[in-house]
Amino acid sequence: MNQKEKLSSLQTIALVLLRLFVGWHFLYEGVIKLYSPSWTAKGYLLSATYMKSFFSWLASESMISIVDTLNIAALLLIGAGLILGFKTKLASILGIGLLLMYYLAHPPFPGYPQGLTEGSYWIVNKNLIEAAALLVIFLFPTSTSFGLERLFAKKEIKPSTT
Amino acid sequence: MAEDKKLFKGFSRRDLLKSLGGIPILGAVWFAGIDQNKKAKLERDFLLEKLNIKATPPPESGPMSGDPLRIGLIGFGIRGEQLMRSLGFATNEWLEDMAASAARNPNDKRLEDFRAQENLNVKLTAICDIFDVRAEDALRSFNKENNTCKRYANYLDLIHSGEVDAIIIATPDHWHAPMAIAAIEAGIHVYLEKPMTHTVQETYELREACRKNPKAVFAVGHQHRQTQSFLTAMDALAKNTLGHVSLIMTTTNRNDDNGAWQYDIHPEASPKTIDWNAFLGTAPKVPFNTEHFFRWRKWWAYGSGLSGDLLTHDYDRINCILNMGIPKYVTASGGIYTHRDGRNVPDVMHVNMEFPDFTTGGTQREDKEKGMTLVYSATLGNQFERGTVLMGHDASMELGNTLTIYADPRSTKYKDLIEEGRIDPQVPIFQYDPSAGGVDAVTSATAKYFADKGLLWTYRDGKRVDSTFLHIREWLSCIRNGGEPSCGIQEGFEEAIAAHMAGLSYKVGRKVEWDEEKEVIIALPGEDLDAILLDNDYGLPIQKA
Ligand SMILES: NC(=O)c1ccc[n+]([C@@H]2O[C@H](COP(=O)([O-])OP(=O)(O)OC[C@H]3O[C@@H](n4cnc5c(N)ncnc54)[C@H](O)[C@@H]3O)[C@@H](O)[C@H]2O)c1
Repeated sequence: MNQKEKLSSLQTIALVLLRLFVGWHFLYEGVIKLYSPSWTAKGYLLSATYMKSFFSWLASESMISIVDTLNIAALLLIGAGLILGFKTKLASILGIGLLLMYYLAHPPFPGYPQGLTEGSYWIVNKNLIEAAALLVIFLFPTSTSFGLERLFAKKEIKPSTT
Repeated sequence: MAEDKKLFKGFSRRDLLKSLGGIPILGAVWFAGIDQNKKAKLERDFLLEKLNIKATPPPESGPMSGDPLRIGLIGFGIRGEQLMRSLGFATNEWLEDMAASAARNPNDKRLEDFRAQENLNVKLTAICDIFDVRAEDALRSFNKENNTCKRYANYLDLIHSGEVDAIIIATPDHWHAPMAIAAIEAGIHVYLEKPMTHTVQETYELREACRKNPKAVFAVGHQHRQTQSFLTAMDALAKNTLGHVSLIMTTTNRNDDNGAWQYDIHPEASPKTIDWNAFLGTAPKVPFNTEHFFRWRKWWAYGSGLSGDLLTHDYDRINCILNMGIPKYVTASGGIYTHRDGRNVPDVMHVNMEFPDFTTGGTQREDKEKGMTLVYSATLGNQFERGTVLMGHDASMELGNTLTIYADPRSTKYKDLIEEGRIDPQVPIFQYDPSAGGVDAVTSATAKYFADKGLLWTYRDGKRVDSTFLHIREWLSCIRNGGEPSCGIQEGFEEAIAAHMAGLSYKVGRKVEWDEEKEVIIALPGEDLDAILLDNDYGLPIQKA
């Protein structure tokens, strides 16, 4: 990021909070799925309302177990990355990709069946908003302020002077 | 430690906190997830253990070894063709159509499934159909080098040909009993399509023939008996999961002309290609009429409309699980409201069957609960899916290819668990989906959404199987290895009497009663019930309007 206009510390705290919350959400989803052996994305994929042939290919007998494993692994790694402040740029990009897949399988486009949702959506839904949040996290990295990357950054910037 | 100190030399405690602060958050979220899962699993295990319902598939029928059985078919119409495929014989036209369809749509597995079907070790040696076109279709496809198949002009010739060990009957309803009786008396095994009989009198006569010839294996074509979830449903009832069941709702919901029996009329049908008198049999002699020949279900003279055609499926499904037998009283009403095309059987019909002495068991004070009503509600003018529900004091069970049980908010049995919040009456306490190959105690509403409700298929080891194939296989196994078909003469007797009571009540407009001791439907003095049942013109003013 361009360091010319420095963020105020309150702005940084807000960005860190956003990163932690999104990470928290990804990690928890991943952990719950990891420990539910019968969990599978099959139903979600098979009931896709958009790009049906692509999603039903993902749900096919030969693909589904790979898709499930990759999905859980991605959720865990993205979640851990965002919380720990490690490779957050990569985690953000992966997260955006994953969320867009969820979004496209059941998009709240006008005229598309909405199935069972807990709210009302038109084009924009929570998946899309979370993806936008990850875009912000990608563009405003905060892991040198709060996160493992601070360790490396510190070392480079100011060598031991205590 | 000394090393560590060196490594973090340039770091204040504040810096360290800011670098590693994510770790405890990660740990907390991770453990919260594990804990949540553990609790959910404990709740699920607790419920499953408490309900203790065994999800068992029906036993497999025996081996198909030995000499090939020689099978004859009477009636190669819509159903006859399906039955032949289940037996392993498809027409050339069907094979071509399916190959073309599979080429267009790789998801169409019908041909693949047919080719993968187990060989039942039978020969199709004889066929009888009085419509030349159908009989010749059959011969062209089935009379091959490895299977010699002969056509017989008359069903009696086929039965007495000496070329068949067993026959399958798929003719119009008014021919069921005469053909079955002739075969049974000749010692030939019979698979007879439903409804078992067309009149009350025939029902006794067929039972008598079976009793006198116990060696001939007799089965009625209610393939639903093979549904994977039924044994599980029976176990749920045996464990008193539902409490006292006071009401059962079964339904037919269709809204297209095909569903209202408006089948195609073959262009080559004529008095030359159809043996009209052989079709009529004992039915009133009317001039040649293609409408009657292809759409016979619309007239009492040959069929029996909703009560014989569709109620029988639902009644037998419930009788299979509850074994409640013949109702004490039946009241029926309805009319011709959706297809006023000259038919005389109703297209909207409600049947209430009363079982005042039957009980599935209870959880309340003894004597408080006894008796049950089975409702069959049908329309051929709307297809809103109403399903089948067994309603007990403690829980309701939705029955289809999947099986779902909901606790009742006012249940006695689950009162404490509901109060403790461990059971939510909105969420199923038990769900069995054989296609998913497993049991789940608490599932979301969406899980139900994916459930397959078809009656054409059931499941074995999580795989889709044609239930008619399983039903025919069971009959063949009883012939080869002994044993009783799941839908034999007793089950067929109950099905037929229940259906005739419904048809009669609709026609006479009053409650019809079964005398269990004498095994007769009670008639008013001078009333000939079978004449009423068959009469095309008999009816209340509303039915004739
Ligand atoms: N179990 C099921 O799910 C199921 C499904 C459909 C039909 N059925 C039953 O199958 C039976 C046949 O129904 P369908 O739809 O195939 O009717 P259909 O009219 O298509 O076929 C009847 C066939 O029998 C032939 N036939 C009529 N009288 C005959 C006689 N005296 N001798 C020889 N052949 C004769 C006709 O030419 C015709 O080909 C009915 O009783 C129906 O209730 C059962």
